[in-house]
Amino acid sequence: MSATSSTIVNLPDQRTATLPKRSYLNNEDGLLSWLLTGDHKRIAILYLISITFFFFIGGAFAGLIRLELLTPQPDLVASDTYNKFFSMHGIIMVFLFLVPSVPATLGNFLMPIMIGAKDLAFPKVNLLSWYLYWIGGLFTLAALVLGGVDTGWTFTTPLSTHYLNTHVITAALGIFIIGFSSIFTGLNFIVTIHRMRAPGMTWFRLPLFVWSNYAASLLMVLGTPVLAITLVLVALERTIGIGVFDPTKGGDPLLFQHLFWFYSHPAVYIMILPGMGVISEVISTFSRKRVFGYTAVAFSSVAIALFGFFVWAHHMFIMGVSNYSALVFSLLTMLVAVPSAIKIFNWAFTLQKGSITFETPMLYAFGFMGLFTIGGMTGVFLGALGMDIHLTETYFIVAHFHFVMVGGMLMAFLSGVHFWWPKMTGRMYPESLSKLAAVTTFIGFNLTFLPQFILGYLGMPRRYHAYPPEFQVLNVLSTAGATVLGVGYMLPLLYLGWSLKYGAIAGNNPWQATGLEWQIQSPPLTENFIEVPVIDYEAYDYEWLAQKMEQEVTTVG
Amino acid sequence: MHISPVLWQFLVKWLNASALFPREASTIAPYADALYFFLLLITVIGLTLVGTLIFGFAIRYRKEKSPVATQVEGSTLLEATWTIIPLALFLICFVWGALLYFRIYNPPTNAMNIYVVGKQWMWKAEHQGGQHEINALHVPVGRPVQLTMISQDVFHSFSVPDFRIKREVIPGRYTTVWFQATTPGSYHLFCTQYCGTNHSQMIGEVTAMTPDDFQKWLQSSTSGMSLAQNGERLFTEMGCSACHTGAAGNRAPNLGGLYGSKIQLSDGTEVLVDDAYLRNSILSPSSQIAAGYAPIMPTFQGQISEDGLIDLVEYIKSLQTNYRIQQTLVTSQSGQTASKTPVGVKP
Repeated sequence: MSATSSTIVNLPDQRTATLPKRSYLNNEDGLLSWLLTGDHKRIAILYLISITFFFFIGGAFAGLIRLELLTPQPDLVASDTYNKFFSMHGIIMVFLFLVPSVPATLGNFLMPIMIGAKDLAFPKVNLLSWYLYWIGGLFTLAALVLGGVDTGWTFTTPLSTHYLNTHVITAALGIFIIGFSSIFTGLNFIVTIHRMRAPGMTWFRLPLFVWSNYAASLLMVLGTPVLAITLVLVALERTIGIGVFDPTKGGDPLLFQHLFWFYSHPAVYIMILPGMGVISEVISTFSRKRVFGYTAVAFSSVAIALFGFFVWAHHMFIMGVSNYSALVFSLLTMLVAVPSAIKIFNWAFTLQKGSITFETPMLYAFGFMGLFTIGGMTGVFLGALGMDIHLTETYFIVAHFHFVMVGGMLMAFLSGVHFWWPKMTGRMYPESLSKLAAVTTFIGFNLTFLPQFILGYLGMPRRYHAYPPEFQVLNVLSTAGATVLGVGYMLPLLYLGWSLKYGAIAGNNPWQATGLEWQIQSPPLTENFIEVPVIDYEAYDYEWLAQKMEQEVTTVG
Repeated sequence: MHISPVLWQFLVKWLNASALFPREASTIAPYADALYFFLLLITVIGLTLVGTLIFGFAIRYRKEKSPVATQVEGSTLLEATWTIIPLALFLICFVWGALLYFRIYNPPTNAMNIYVVGKQWMWKAEHQGGQHEINALHVPVGRPVQLTMISQDVFHSFSVPDFRIKREVIPGRYTTVWFQATTPGSYHLFCTQYCGTNHSQMIGEVTAMTPDDFQKWLQSSTSGMSLAQNGERLFTEMGCSACHTGAAGNRAPNLGGLYGSKIQLSDGTEVLVDDAYLRNSILSPSSQIAAGYAPIMPTFQGQISEDGLIDLVEYIKSLQTNYRIQQTLVTSQSGQTASKTPVGVKP
């Protein structure tokens, strides 16, 4: 026991500790045993490597965009090239990183363990979804290598169907295929959560991480098919000119906007909800307290998923939708903001009367709460009809979206990766370096995106290759921030890689957390549990944990 | 540390030239800014509250001070508080935002109409008197101006940040926006909807002028033909006048005094004759047939540019009676007969 007063980290004696002899990592050897695995944990690791790969490609494009925007003149690259940069950045980050980020990696790894199951309901479908992800990813990479796409990630018609001669169909097909990967993951999660919970694991004993992944899975299954249909229509319109969206053939270009946002608005909840689940787990663990208002937090996830389907037209307030529908969608947008506010306050009050420590996952979670509050509140700016007119399609949108998706989701993802890294690999990472990375990311992020709010109110349009010179100072600040942010993201790659071989042995439960996943060995066995666990305690029951640990000490002693 | 004076001067100049807040140059701008500052205020309050809670609890209940946590299940009262207060605040934002929205998108009836056509990658403005401008718009201060806009190709968006207005410019349908400039000066005009290669070059300048200066500008920039006059020429060239003679019992509806009226369609519905209806009736006549007429009019899809359509619509709008059509008819019949066949018009 090396517990000092300011940390809960509880590692086994490093002189005698070893990794477990048998675990999912060394159960079978060879590349093929990974590529043909049905083990949810191995698939999660495959996903983790894949999305990290795409994250850094997408990040490189972000870097190039910021580099170009250092100067007002379009001087670094040609306009077409710049347009490809932001299109590829958006497509890769949204479809290949954000959507699968938490569900396919952390969710895949942990959800079955958290509910006390051996695996997901359909292990082979799970593997198939990873392959589909890669086929879609390869199509996207092919579009990139062949010369790129310049539609923007929104594929707006008629621009995408009639006015561009880049590889639109290749990219659209890629996203179409990735969509199925996402549907399969969602389906698998829903069935697993319904059918495979361990005895005694009732719905209201589920960790909140499971609830939020459940809500996100519903969105994936119900929303993604609409995106798939829309992309097929775009491809058909482009190849044979069926005239669904083309006004000269009697089509309606606004129809595309409706269809696209019917998926893409819920998609932002697909991205953020699992992240919120991570935050619930982390905040609870590092304040040693049950999440304040468990039921409210659980139901707010479901409420977000439900309302999330009925706000899509708030992306179209200036596009000539009828005044009455604008009113309805604005009102619903305000309603969907409420469950998010509820969550923030519940997390804050989880801290109250806790016993709080500040390990890396907690720092990321604090970062999440601050940035997500800003991201959420600026969403209210955009939901207010008259304000949206001035702010939409400017850098204000860019900043808002990045505050939610990068400040929110990516912080949550990193928080989760740092939290469960010892479980996934059996080893700890260097704590001071990881804290440095969390702080660097937070500072870099704010420096990058706060100036963009000001730029947005000034009216600087998004997706601009060149801009008036009076906007330069703020753009330079933003680029400087992006540099810091880049360092913040490179650090974890280095020290987490280092920890795989040299990190301290973590033991079963380094954070003394209550989740079922922490009661088994790290890294877990392929079958997760030696015997089926029976649950007779609530989620986040720290007294149960204390008793259990006491018993263990007496038994061993 | 020593900074060279040249560099220092450059930095000072650079920072001074940089913008932090847009100018308020329209009657709407102060209303938009008021809502913006209200939203900023509740954001700052919300953020301060969340920040205080997090930092306060983090310091008060850190492990050194509070070695053992006290379990608290939750509190219905607190849950209700932080459901109802944000909800109330968001509803205020909703109502305020909606009021602003209607203010921005409902033009006053006396607004002066200017047409705007967006195309890759330029803005073309057309004044009633036939004055055309590219990537520029001259308007008088102190008078409401309504823009009727359409795109010839892809989605564009017409944005003047200093006026706090913006509207999507869509292919195949008219959208409108209005503003009243308050301060003479020149203001950025941006296309804010991504529209292809030179999206960021689809910019221009809105020049607000005193009414006198504006009159001078109108006179100095006229091409000699108003939009309606251009439309009249097209009306003959495209052969419209062959059927729409205005004579009673003709096979085509009477266009005199038509604009702004309500007519019955062959399927029994009523429709208001506005710009959109007229445009649609030229491009796809069979989709909305006036009651009592056979669907015999050919489509003019692909034969006429958006500019031409605007001219025609303006011409039909200007027809109070059939007198003008009959005059046109007489002139064209005595002029040349070849003009009865439709002629493609280049934009």
